Amino acid sequence: MKTTPDNSGDVRLSGISKTYDNGFTAVQPLDLTVPEGSFFALLGASGCGKTTTLRMIAGLEDPSSGTVCLGDQDVTHLPPYKRPVNTVFQSYALFPHLDIFENVAFGLRRRGLKSVKKQVEEMLDLVQLGEQARKKPHQLSGGQQQRVAVARALINHPRVLLLDEPLGALDLKLRRQMQLELKRIQTEVGITFVHVTHDQEEAMTMADTVAVMNAGRVEQLGSPSALYENPNTTFVANFLGTSNLIEAEVDTKNGDDLVLRAGGGKLVLPQARCSGPTTAGAKVLVGVRPEKIALTHADDAGTVPEGRNRVTGKIADASFIGVSTQYVIDTPVCDEFEVYVQNVERDGRLVPGADVVLHWSPAHTFGLDAAQDIGAGTEEEAAA
Amino acid sequence: MPFLTWLKRRLVVIAGLITLAYLLLPNVIVTVFSFNKPKGRFNYEWQQFSTDAWQDPCGVADMCGSLSLSLQIAVWATLGATLLGTMIAFALVRYRFRARGAVNSLIFLPMAMPEVVMAASLLTLFLNMGAPLGFWTILIAHIMFCLSFVVTAVKARVMSMDPRLEEAARDLYAGPVQTFLRVTLPIAAPGIAAGALLSFALSFDDFIITNFNAGSTVTFPMFVWGSAQRGTPVQINVIGTAMFLLAVLFVLASMLITNRRNRQKA
Repeated sequence: MKTTPDNSGDVRLSGISKTYDNGFTAVQPLDLTVPEGSFFALLGASGCGKTTTLRMIAGLEDPSSGTVCLGDQDVTHLPPYKRPVNTVFQSYALFPHLDIFENVAFGLRRRGLKSVKKQVEEMLDLVQLGEQARKKPHQLSGGQQQRVAVARALINHPRVLLLDEPLGALDLKLRRQMQLELKRIQTEVGITFVHVTHDQEEAMTMADTVAVMNAGRVEQLGSPSALYENPNTTFVANFLGTSNLIEAEVDTKNGDDLVLRAGGGKLVLPQARCSGPTTAGAKVLVGVRPEKIALTHADDAGTVPEGRNRVTGKIADASFIGVSTQYVIDTPVCDEFEVYVQNVERDGRLVPGADVVLHWSPAHTFGLDAAQDIGAGTEEEAAA
Repeated sequence: MPFLTWLKRRLVVIAGLITLAYLLLPNVIVTVFSFNKPKGRFNYEWQQFSTDAWQDPCGVADMCGSLSLSLQIAVWATLGATLLGTMIAFALVRYRFRARGAVNSLIFLPMAMPEVVMAASLLTLFLNMGAPLGFWTILIAHIMFCLSFVVTAVKARVMSMDPRLEEAARDLYAGPVQTFLRVTLPIAAPGIAAGALLSFALSFDDFIITNFNAGSTVTFPMFVWGSAQRGTPVQINVIGTAMFLLAVLFVLASMLITNRRNRQKA
């Protein structure tokens, strides 16, 4: 079932944008290439333009400018029913008047295929719904309906499968299960998947490449680990997981590292991990993920190894959540410094009110341009 | 008190049966009196059992002519109102155009207006236009008052329809015509059918508007009303019973079909 690698499954968007009649620009001019056979995620909060981008690839929305290419074929002006792409809709959009078999056979029949029985049965087996063929969509559970929607799209062997928040309506447990299921199907059929989601964990679990979108623009594109470990904007830093951001100023350069001044102390940041300005005196935001930080009681401050970034503070709050304990620490450089500590060897002295030293490796530090909104992406995540 | 417990348990069933009896009693009377052999010209008192009327349903002068006219008008009015009403409903739900709000509320006016007012104004209109009263004026009037019912029924259906369904059809290689025939129409069908059935029933038994705009033409309801002045032939009961039985058969048949389809699917 694997398609030959002739790049016909590449999706290339060039300068594509969408401005609605009412003047609202949902997507700013955007260039994006999704390589053949990859699992690509468009991640962003609601209203960021990710679904509009997907609908322009499907042909359900006309772009205001730019082109959509599949491989070498320009499909910008083709209607959706002439494009070799299929969509899994957020609401599944299963035809209520047709049974499961006919829903799945719909695309094949419209293309004039007469004997569809064997293909449909194979496809229903792939999504483990062979027994339900003669039921109507409303007789199935949410997870089953979702699988029918995937089967109905996949049976046409599209060059690209578009998924618009396909797991949004499922409960958490089922969602985790379907994430793995979709990933398995994608590996099995080798078709390019473009997946739209607002769930950062979902995007990171499933996709090879993630494009983080905000206000109609792609903020950053890369592998999940690259995005997480080294975000380039405050939006990505805050939307993808949690980040502690410290306002700092570049002091000197020391080899490949920058030495920064922050609240009286010094912090070290590898220059390669700084997407902001690096000249002396420039303002930057220093970021570090909560789980990269170690916590040592102030009495043991001497045991902290040399060469690590360190900040002192007082524990404001501690919440035990099983695998880890989440601390909120009041520091001179940042009011609410978040630290996640694995519950391996718990230090009984680390309770609210205790004086502590936070320390982490400079390799886990990233630098951002301080001209941005430091809180970008935090409310969005809460809303999503 | 075992009796009270028994009553409590079955109260809903009993209430339901009483309501059903209340609804069906007139039909039973009509049916029973269709087998009567009345003494005078009025069929209001039970005399003796006879199947004379059933053997000769068209035995009364002009009755079957008026019946056939009423059926014809009902069929054409249903077709016209369903077609127009369905298109209006789609336009109102799907498109944004000037005066959409006004059309939306004006379309309900025929339902809310007293029939006699509408009848009189229609007659004024026809007379002023110099239109000869008869089949066509009746048909125009019927299509008009049936329209609002069709629009209401279809609109409810189209409004509750997920627009993504049509997008899904287009995404799955169905062109505009295929999308309409395979997805839009089948999903809107129950609403359209309900509107059509309502139209047929309303048109068939309309008296007030028809009476004003019929000229010398006589429809079945007008015939029944007219003959009630001079005497009621048993054949009227025969036609009434036959219509009732046809309706019951229709409902039973559709229930059977749905049941069988569901059983096959399960």
